[in-house]
Amino acid sequence: MSEPAVTRVTPIAFLTATRGRGRLHWTDVFSYGYLALGVFLMFGPVIWLALSSFKTASGLLEFPPTLLPLGQIEVAVEGYDEPLPLYQVTLDDGSVQELAQIRRIGIIAQMVDPADPDARIKVPIDRREAVREFRVAWENYTAPLQRFNFLTYLKNSVIVTIVATAVTLLINSMAAYGLAIYEFRGRNAIMLFVIGTLMIPITVILVPVYLVVTELGMINSLWGVILPGAATPTGVFLLRQYMLTIPRDLIEAARMDKASEWAIYWRVVLPLAAPAIAVLAIFSIMWRWNDFLWPLIVLNRSEVYTLQVGLNAFQGELDVQWHYVLAMTVVTLIPVIFVFAFLQRFITTGIASTGMK
Amino acid sequence: MSIVQPRPSLADIAWAPLRLLGALVDYPLRAVQRVAGIGRMPYVFLIPNLGFFGIFVVVPLFVNFAFSLTGGTNLFLSDRVYVGTEQYGFLLDCENFVDSGSCREDRFWRGIFNTFVFVSFQVFFLVLFSLITALILNRDIYGRGFFRAVYFFPVLLSPVVVALVWKWILLRDGILNAFLVSIGLEKILFFVSPQWAMFWAIFVSIWAHMGFYTLILLAGLQAIPPDLYEAAEMDGTKRERVFWRITLPLLWPNMLVVIVLALIKGVQIFDEVFVLTGGGPGTATQFIVQYIYNTGFSNQVQNFGLASAASVVLGVVLFALTLAQLAAVRRKDSTNV
Repeated sequence: MSEPAVTRVTPIAFLTATRGRGRLHWTDVFSYGYLALGVFLMFGPVIWLALSSFKTASGLLEFPPTLLPLGQIEVAVEGYDEPLPLYQVTLDDGSVQELAQIRRIGIIAQMVDPADPDARIKVPIDRREAVREFRVAWENYTAPLQRFNFLTYLKNSVIVTIVATAVTLLINSMAAYGLAIYEFRGRNAIMLFVIGTLMIPITVILVPVYLVVTELGMINSLWGVILPGAATPTGVFLLRQYMLTIPRDLIEAARMDKASEWAIYWRVVLPLAAPAIAVLAIFSIMWRWNDFLWPLIVLNRSEVYTLQVGLNAFQGELDVQWHYVLAMTVVTLIPVIFVFAFLQRFITTGIASTGMK
Repeated sequence: MSIVQPRPSLADIAWAPLRLLGALVDYPLRAVQRVAGIGRMPYVFLIPNLGFFGIFVVVPLFVNFAFSLTGGTNLFLSDRVYVGTEQYGFLLDCENFVDSGSCREDRFWRGIFNTFVFVSFQVFFLVLFSLITALILNRDIYGRGFFRAVYFFPVLLSPVVVALVWKWILLRDGILNAFLVSIGLEKILFFVSPQWAMFWAIFVSIWAHMGFYTLILLAGLQAIPPDLYEAAEMDGTKRERVFWRITLPLLWPNMLVVIVLALIKGVQIFDEVFVLTGGGPGTATQFIVQYIYNTGFSNQVQNFGLASAASVVLGVVLFALTLAQLAAVRRKDSTNV
C-alpha cells in the first residue's frame, strides 16, 4: 500500500519517511537502532585495539585508559642516564611546578627540577600529575620486527598461504576436471566418496595425521602445515559443479584440433572455470592465513611459527608485552581487511551459494 | 594489407608464466596419454588429489581407531601395546554420568559437559541473532550493503585475532572495567569467574561467526518469491502474521541447515576460547577438542591412545550431526525448487 504522492513535505514527515512503504513503523525504528548498535559492537572492539596499539607501554598501563594515544613527556636531566618522566606538582605553598621524577618509594616520589638538577624534592604522589602529550608509539610496530622473530612469522605465514593455495587449486581442479568431463568406471563411487568425506574435520584425526606427518619427517617444517589440508573435498565439489556447466562442444572442438587432454584442462577448462577458482582461492587464502590448531601442533620451534601461532605464544607469556602484542595483531589484521575491502562481494556470494566457510 | 599482430595486453603478460608452465607439463602428459589412452586419463587427473586425501585423511581415519586400542607413549604404531578397549573403558568409567567429579577421567567429562553448555547457549543465540539480523537486512533499509559488511567482517578475522581483540577489552584494567567503574560499579575479573569466562566464550564466538549464518539466512530470505508478500499486502495481512505464516515456514529449511551447521562447528570449538581463556579458570572453559589437544600434544606425557579414543567419541557425535545435516540439506533442496 503506497501512499499517494505527497505535495507538501513537513519536516517530521521527511524524517520519518521510509522507502516505498508508508509511515514509520515501530519495526523501522527498531531496525535502525539494532543496526547502529551492531556497528558499535562489531567495529568498536577492533578500532579500540588499533587505537591502543599506538600507545606506549606505560600509556597502556593507565587506568582508566585514554581514548587517544597519549604519552608522558620525558625529559633528560643532567646527572641521570635515563630520561625522567615529567609531572606537574602542586607544592606546599600552592604553586604549581613541572618536576621530573627520579624514583617512587611508597607514597612519596623523589623529584627533581630539570632546571636545578642538584636539589631533590620529596612529594606525596597524590600531589603530582603526569604531563602528557599526543604521541604515537611507532616503536610498537618497528621493535618487534627487529627484536623478535616477527618477520620470520610473517614470512612463514605468507609462504604457507601462497604455496598451500597453489597446491590446493592445482590438485583440486585436476580432480574436478576428471570428475566433470569424463565418463569412466568408478566415477560415481569416487563422487559419493567425495561427498561423504566433505565433513571430516581435522579435529577428529589429529593424532594419526600427526603420526603421518612425523613419518614423512615434516614436523617443524612448513610442508607439514601445507600438505595435510591441501586436498579438500569441498574444493573438488565446488569446482566440479561449476565445470559441469561448461559446454561439451568446446572440449570436442579442442580434441579435433589434436589438443592433449592436459592442454584441454589447462587452456580450455581452467580459464572458463575462473570464477569458481577465484572463490576457492579466496577461501583457501582465508583458511590458511587464519589456521591455528594444526600449525600449533606441527610447529614447535619458534623459527617455523606462523603469525597466528607466534601471536598466541606472545600473548601466553607470563609477562605479556601488550604494546607489542597489539601492534602485531594489527599487522595480522591488515591483509584480511584488504581482502575484505576488495573481495567482499566474491566472498559473500561464494558463501551464500555454497554454504561453506 | 598487412596482418597486424595484436599487442599483448597486461593480462597476457601476467598469465605468461602459467602458460609456460602448462606447456612444459604438456610434453610428459602427452606421452602418458599416448601410453594410457584417453580412457585412462581421468585417473591421471584424479591421482594427485586422491593420493593426498588418502594419505592425510582416509588412512588416518582408520589409524585413529587402531591408535585408540593401544597404550603407552610411543608414537609409532609398531611400538605401541595393544590394550583392547581399555582406553574407552578409562574414558567411560563413571559412577554417575551427570557428575564429572565421579568419573575416573574427570577432565574428559568436564570437557563434554562444558561443550554441552557452550553449544546449547551458543547455537541458540547465534541462530536467534543471525535470524534477527538477516530479517532486518532483508528490509528496505538505507545502506544495506554497508550494514551487511559490518556484520560479516569478523568472519574473516583469525580466531587468534578475535580472542586478542576481546581479551584486550576484558582485562582487569581494560576498557569494559573502566566503563563499569565510571558508572559506579566494581571491577569484574572476567577470567577469574567461571560463569563470566563461559559467558564471554559464548559471546565472543557468536560475535565472530554471526555474519556467516546471517548471510546464509539472508540468501534464504531473498529466495522467497516476492509475489507472496505482495498478495499478503493486498489482503491487508498484518506484518506479524506475514512473518509467522509466510517468512518463517519458507525460511525453515534454511534455518535447519544453519542450526545443524552451527552445531557441527560449535562442538568443535577450540581456537578462540583457547586463546581467550586458555580453558580456564581451572577447567571452566575447557572443551572437548582442547581435551584432545592437551592429552595428545601439550601435556608432559603425550597419551596418544587416550587422545585417539576421545577423538573417536567426538567423531561419532559429529557423524550423527552430519547425517542430520545431509537430511536438512535434502529437505531444503526438495522444498526450494
